[in-house]
Amino acid sequence: MENIITSQDLKLYYGNFEALKGITVELAEREITALIGPSGCGKSTFLKTLNRMNDLVPGVRVEGQVLYHGQDIFAPEVDVTQLRKNVGMVFQKPNPFPMSIYDNIAYGPRLHGTHSKAELNDLVERSLRGASLWEEVRDRLKKSALGLSGGQQQRLCIARALAVQPDVLLMDEPTSALDPASTIRIEELMAELKKNYTVVIVTHNMQQAARISDKCAFFLLGEMVEIGPTEQIFSMPRDKRTEDYITGRFG
Amino acid sequence: MKASVKPNMSVRKTFDAELAELSASLIRMGSEAAGAIDNAIRAFDSHDLQLAGAVIQGDRRVDDMEREIERHCLTLLLRQQPVARDLRIISTALKMITDIERIGDAAADIAEITRHISGEIPELLVLIDSMAAEARSMVSDAVDAFVASDMEKAEKVILRDDIVDGAFNSVKGKMVEVLRRDSSLVDVAIDYLMIAKYLERLGDHAVNICEWTEFYKTGVHQTGR
Repeated sequence: MENIITSQDLKLYYGNFEALKGITVELAEREITALIGPSGCGKSTFLKTLNRMNDLVPGVRVEGQVLYHGQDIFAPEVDVTQLRKNVGMVFQKPNPFPMSIYDNIAYGPRLHGTHSKAELNDLVERSLRGASLWEEVRDRLKKSALGLSGGQQQRLCIARALAVQPDVLLMDEPTSALDPASTIRIEELMAELKKNYTVVIVTHNMQQAARISDKCAFFLLGEMVEIGPTEQIFSMPRDKRTEDYITGRFG
Repeated sequence: MKASVKPNMSVRKTFDAELAELSASLIRMGSEAAGAIDNAIRAFDSHDLQLAGAVIQGDRRVDDMEREIERHCLTLLLRQQPVARDLRIISTALKMITDIERIGDAAADIAEITRHISGEIPELLVLIDSMAAEARSMVSDAVDAFVASDMEKAEKVILRDDIVDGAFNSVKGKMVEVLRRDSSLVDVAIDYLMIAKYLERLGDHAVNICEWTEFYKTGVHQTGR
């Protein structure tokens, strides 16, 4: 399997605080990689670095490299909008735009220059199908997205990310605000998405990481302690700190 | 570390206490089964019918322990969703109790044969006795290896299985010889053969216990190497 994203000795500072202390990792195509670790360990920071979301934080400084398809994403010629189109993001709290379901999905493609009605209709349907939401909303596409349930809103956000045809999806605790039934739907969706996309997910839910991910990376205090096949991480972690964390022995 | 990430220590401590209790009950069950084997062999050697009866009666204790440990493991799986070392000790326990229970069964079966065996073939008895000594010590060493997480001891037990297998073949060979000479001994010979087979199986169960002990420590089971 080809590596789609590679980070090499990636360091990130918020002012003087070193939030990432040299992360080197390769993310393989069409796999789900779960990032786990206690709050403040740097896993979300790392996730947000992968599509330069951290650029928006004042005082951020990055050293090292992140290669996307071999291209350094911090190189001056990189178009950040294009990068974020290719490397989409879904957040912890569903954040639909205050507009219709249809317009939520069409927003990105329009921004990127798609205006043909037929093309947009097709994109909206494909994206909603891709996010397993089509059947539930096909009759009310013109209704406000804010009327959807939390779980539906989160799938809408996934559909919105899919609409600009990315190849990587970053998910920052995408189910932590959802009930168990909606959580299962998102997890099923992720297994489906894996066929066409590379998924990187930050989760605090160990069982979720164990259920859905192919690889699992444990972060602690800005370091990536270890990464490995999920089964190995949860049955026989190499590092004692990983073992202590996943078994709740941290003190 | 931020305070918010510290897990509730009392939850973890409760779980640790449960796991310690699980290990303790595995050790108790292992000792019970090893003791049953000791008694069964002693009853066979000395033709002690009372002791044989006690071994048969006692098998229920081992069975009860198996069910109790099984229940405990399932509760822990359900409530704690264990991972890593926690998962390994619980799965080890679930697998190990099957072998320990079979050891208990073998003891009861040997005791049962002892109750109705009629006659003696001294030249075979010598072989069976040495086989019994080896199998019995394999079982108790296997339990000890688990108790002490002693990988070296576990590995040694695994290697000793060949000795018991060899002894079983010697018993068979000798038996053919004896029966060719005197076919009237066939009834006793069949009982001896059954006992030898149980002893040979004891060696296998001891090996299994050691392999699960290794799995608990290393995460790798011998068959997966």
